[in-house]
This record gives sequence, structure tokens and C-alpha cells, in this order.
Amino acid sequence: MTQTVFAPWDDPSEKPLIQFKNVTKRFGEFTAIDNQTQDIFEKEFFALLGPSGCGKTTMMRMLAGFEAPTEGQILIAGQDMSNVPPNKRAVNMMFQSYALFPHLSVWENIAFGLKREGKDKDTIAARVEEMLRLTRLSKFAQRKPHQISGGQRQRVALARSLAKAPKLLLLDEPLGALDKKLRKETQFELMDIQEKTGTTFVIVTHDQEEAMTVASRVAVMDEGKIIQVAPPSQIYEAPNSVYVADFIGEVNLIKGRAVARKAEPVATPAVEAEAAVAEAVAPAPAPVDGPQPNEMGEWLQNKLLFPFLGKRDPRPKRLPPPAPEEKSAPAPVTADAPPPGGLALHWADGRPPIIATNGDTAMDGETVTLALRPEKMAIAKTKPDTTNALKGKVIDIAYLGNVSTYHVELENGTMVRAQMANTRRISRRDITWEDEVWVSFSETSGVVLRD
Amino acid sequence: MRRLFLIAVPYLWLVALFLIPFVIVLKIALSDVALARPPYMPQLDISGGWDAIVGFFAALDFENFVFLTTDDLYWKAYLSSLQIAGLSTILTLIVGYPIANAMARSAPEWRPTLLMLVILPFWTSFLIRVYAWMGILSNEGLLNQFLLWTGIINEPLTILNTNTAVYIGIVYTYLPFMILPIYSALERMDDSLLEAAEDLGCSRFTAFWLVTIPLSKNGIIAGCFLVFIPTIGEFVIPSLLGGSQTLMIGKVLWEEFFSNRDWPVASAVAVILLLILVIPIILFQRNEQKQREAEG
Repeated sequence: MTQTVFAPWDDPSEKPLIQFKNVTKRFGEFTAIDNQTQDIFEKEFFALLGPSGCGKTTMMRMLAGFEAPTEGQILIAGQDMSNVPPNKRAVNMMFQSYALFPHLSVWENIAFGLKREGKDKDTIAARVEEMLRLTRLSKFAQRKPHQISGGQRQRVALARSLAKAPKLLLLDEPLGALDKKLRKETQFELMDIQEKTGTTFVIVTHDQEEAMTVASRVAVMDEGKIIQVAPPSQIYEAPNSVYVADFIGEVNLIKGRAVARKAEPVATPAVEAEAAVAEAVAPAPAPVDGPQPNEMGEWLQNKLLFPFLGKRDPRPKRLPPPAPEEKSAPAPVTADAPPPGGLALHWADGRPPIIATNGDTAMDGETVTLALRPEKMAIAKTKPDTTNALKGKVIDIAYLGNVSTYHVELENGTMVRAQMANTRRISRRDITWEDEVWVSFSETSGVVLRD
Repeated sequence: MRRLFLIAVPYLWLVALFLIPFVIVLKIALSDVALARPPYMPQLDISGGWDAIVGFFAALDFENFVFLTTDDLYWKAYLSSLQIAGLSTILTLIVGYPIANAMARSAPEWRPTLLMLVILPFWTSFLIRVYAWMGILSNEGLLNQFLLWTGIINEPLTILNTNTAVYIGIVYTYLPFMILPIYSALERMDDSLLEAAEDLGCSRFTAFWLVTIPLSKNGIIAGCFLVFIPTIGEFVIPSLLGGSQTLMIGKVLWEEFFSNRDWPVASAVAVILLLILVIPIILFQRNEQKQREAEG
């Protein structure tokens, strides 16, 4: 059996479950959703992520049928949803406030939707029991919502919205009311349930960590527009804009002018070595660049000492040519000799440019921003032997237990954050406030983005 | 000690303003009518010593209560009052619920204004407002003039001095008592509950029936009692807007006191009225208590 990666969005033959087609939603003058087209596939766990007011909730409410698009179309399973009211859609929603009916017991809450379908009693009872088991709520079936804890209420809401086996489940900030630890547990529970039931989930959240944890794809939204849709790792490692880079996790943004670097290097140690080999094979007429004896020395050598020392080799003394394996090894990465290609970022006057290979060389000459994750930067007291090393001063240290974040002010005043795992005990930490340090990172760790 | 004091305050209040007046009224109800001032016998004269007190209690009897059962005017008046109060409570609920619901669903910035508009009539005297209704409902009143002008009717409608006018008056007067508790129950309701109901397959109407109504149940009960209890003993509205056929116990009571000057019979009527009202009052209190427990 071959393990296939779940990525229906990369498969052109796959039919999307949900299609937003040029959807615009206006509330009076305010444009909540601005001409968006987006496909969501079956069995996806799709996260809409953005700050409050970015339109993510409107997207979800349009799917549920509580709002109708001003322009454009929404299709679910190929069917136009324009004139389908919420109670006629195979879509269920888990509300942010859970919206549990306070006058009904847990059991009755879960059965509510099934009863509306007019199913017979036994079928309803069996389904409710199944849902109670799935969400581990069997013990609380007869309690009223105000008699159970927040985490249990959240599970009741989930059970209720799953009871009708919807094609699509919408989750509106489902874990917002839970404390951090419970939220983490519940995130995994949600993923587990999503996998078990095979339902398509669309989750709305402003918590990027939550979106990254649960989602198969994350859509980062801002001001009614989807900025980037990609799996979490791509969103994090390859953001397409400064906005996305800044919104997802912590990031250092260094501005500068981009200069495209030549793909073929002008002079690299490898080429020099090759020239040296050529010389060794066919020695050229004695070059005069080595140290040479003066007249007195030559006379002494030739007339007096040659029986003991032999004739002097007129060629200058040199290192032996490199061995073939040494020749094919990559050139050592040093600050003086980065690999070819990519961009050079002139970030401060009189400082060597930052070399970054992740970036479109078409940005040559533009003002760009280098996005660098703090955990991809190293910090040291001595100048390290990497492509990029920037000198700075430690302003602040945030100790977070497992990691420490160092706030370093670079020579041009830019503040950057570098994160280091605390592999040693805090008392053994050798970098402290006001220390002169070197912040270093490889040419591949950052992403160059247009402003 | 402090707790005892805190509990004692409302009890003292009850004793001073409810129990003592009730004992006085009960005493008058057990007395006999007399052409004197005050117009009943016997009078308690403590200075007469033990014998006078014993004699005083001996003179008290249940004669007036027996009298109430001999004349069918009284039980008819009680029944009619209950009927009018019941029907007006239902009418007030029918008128008040949509108003309360609309207020609770209106934009939050409008709510204080709407609330004030509901309470606004209380700023003028109740009597003036009832008089105003006389002006509106009379044969030459505003309503008839308007209906004649529009051509809907050719003859003026006789509304004033009928039971219809009494119902209109009661519904108008007690409407805020119905609206306010229902509004407060509905306002606390999360709008997303209705969306959740729709999401789970309810139509607008079934969502209202299965969610809004049950969640405002306590408000409805409170509002109904707040209208029903004072309406039973209502006296001003039936006497100003009602006709000769309008039979309400409050009016009977007033006539016994002031027209017949039969204080003992009037007091007996009042005691029976109170006993009738105790039942809905207890039910009302129990509802309030249950609500508080559900919230706590």
C-alpha cells in the first residue's frame, strides 16, 4: 500500500466540494469580502485565518446560509446555494458561543437536529448515543448545558453539529473559550474526529497556532481578501507576502535594496584550485613571485654549498595541488565566499550585504524585505563562519523556559529577535544584556519578499 | 446577629404594611355594621379590662361571610373579575410579546430609547390616561370620528361603557408590566441560538416556537402574573370605562365602602379577594424563585 499525500488541491481532476466564484459581500458601504474565488475539497480541514474584521466569519456565514453574497456564487457539491436557506443545507455549524439550547439537556441538544428531520425515535436515540460516545459525553447526557464545564459544552456543540452527518462542518472559533492546555488537547481531538467521520471541516480562527495545528490548508485573510492559501508548512516557510510572514508566527523583517547575484561566480576557491592544478601539470617558466635569494646567497649556494644541498630549484615553493576528492567538495561557506545566485540585500550603508537565495531575482533593484524566523537565527559572541553574520547588541532576553528570545539591536538600529533553545541551564548561559554579539543565519533561511 | 437583623428588616416591613392592615380589615369583616363613626361594632376598649376584651371577641362572627354566599352578586362579581382579568392577561400577552420581541431584537443602541418609550406613559397620572381613553372611545370620540371619516362605518360604534372599553383600558394600562419581564428574558437570549436552530433544520417559525418561546417562559409567566393579580381587584378602569353591566369585584368593593357605607361586608369582600389572590401570588413567587435558581 502506498501512502499518498492528501493534497486534492494539487490534482486538477479532483472536484471541489465548495466553490466560491467571484464572491463579494458588502454591508452597506463596507466591503467584507472582495471578489474572492476559492475552492475547498472534500475531507479537507480548511482554516480561515485572519485578524478580527478580515471577513473570515462572513465567509463562513455565507457557507452556512446566514448571509447571502452580494455578488458571485457559492456552490456546494456543484449546487448553487443562492436560494437555499440555512435549514435546507447539508451544512452544520459549531458556533463560537456554542449556542447550546439552555432549556434542553445535553441529550436533547444533540437530538434537536435529528428530530427536525422527522426520523423515528430509535434511529435518533442510536445516533445520539453514537455521538455521545464519540465525544465522550455519555455520562452527562441528562445534564443541562449550565451544569457542565466549558470543555464539555464545547464537545456537546461539536456532537450536536455532527449528529446530522453534514457534508460540511463549519467551526467558528470553536476553541476560543477554552484555556490553553484544554485547547491543545481539543485541537487533536478535533483532528481525530475529522479523520474518523471523514467530514469536510472549515474552521475560522484568529489563532494562527490553532490553524497550523489542525488544518490541511490555511487561508490567510486580510481586509476581505485571501492573501495566501497553502498547507501550514508552506505558509510558515514560504509566505508569499510580508503580511503573511508577519501574521504567522514571529518574524524579523529586514528591509533593503535587492541586487541580483550572478548565477556563475566570478572567482571561487574551486576555480582557483583548478588553475593551480593546470600549472602543476605543465610548469610554466619560472615565475618570480616566490621569495628569491640575493646575489650573495646565490654565490654561496652555487659555489660553496651545492655538494651538500644540491642545486637550487628555481621554481617558487608552493602547496601541493589538491587531491581530486578535495576538488569536488563544495566550496567552504564563509562570509567571503557565499554560493552563487540569489539576491544580495543591501540593508545598511557600509555593511556587507545579506545573501539570500529564496527570492525572485526579478526583484533586482527593488526595495525588498527579508523575512527571517527567529529560530533560524543563531547568536554567538564570536564571529561565526556563515554567509550572513550581523553584529549587534543584546537589548533584551525573554526567557520562555524551553527557548530564549534575544532582542538584538543591529548596527543600523534595526531590532531583530533570535531564538535559541535553552539546551544548557540558565546559569550557564554566556550571553547577557548589553553583550556585543553576532547574529548569523544561512543564505537559505530567510525569504525575500516584495514590499 | 447581623444576619438576623438583615432578615428582620423585610419581615418588619411585611408585618407593618401587610399583616397589621390585614388584621384590621379582618377584624372589621368580623364586625357588624353600625350607624356610628367608625361605622361598625364592636369597638375594642382595652380600658374596660379583661371582660371588655372577652366581650369584644365574643361579638365577632362570620355573619358577613355567610351573607356574601346568600347574594349571588358577590360570587358573580368574583367570577366576572377572574374572567376579565384572565382574558385581559391573554390579550396583553398577545399585544405585548411581539413588542417585547421586537425590542429585544432591535439594534442595541435603540433599546434604551424603546425601553423609555414603554415606560413613558407612567410619567402622567394613571387617572388622566384613563380619562383620555374616555375621550378616544366615546361616541363622539377620536376613534369614532376617524372611522366615520374613513368611511369604514356609518354609525358611531358604542365602545365606551362596555366590557370592550374595559379590556382596552386594562391592556393599555398593564402593557408595560407584560413587556418588561418578557423583554428582559428575550434580551438575555443569545441570537446565535436562533441561528443554531435554523442551522439544525428549523424554519423561522419552528425556531421561534422551540427556542424563543421556551427561553422567555419565565418572562411570560412573570408578566402574566403582574397583569393578572392587580387586574382582578381593578376598580378605576371598570368604573370609568365600563358600563352598568360590567361586574368587577373592585367596583363592588368600592360601592360597599362608599355608597352603602357597609364596611364590614366590604372588608369581607376584600378578605375573600385577598384569599383568591394568594394562590396566583404564591405561584408567581415560586416562578421567580425557580428562575433565580436556574440562573444561579
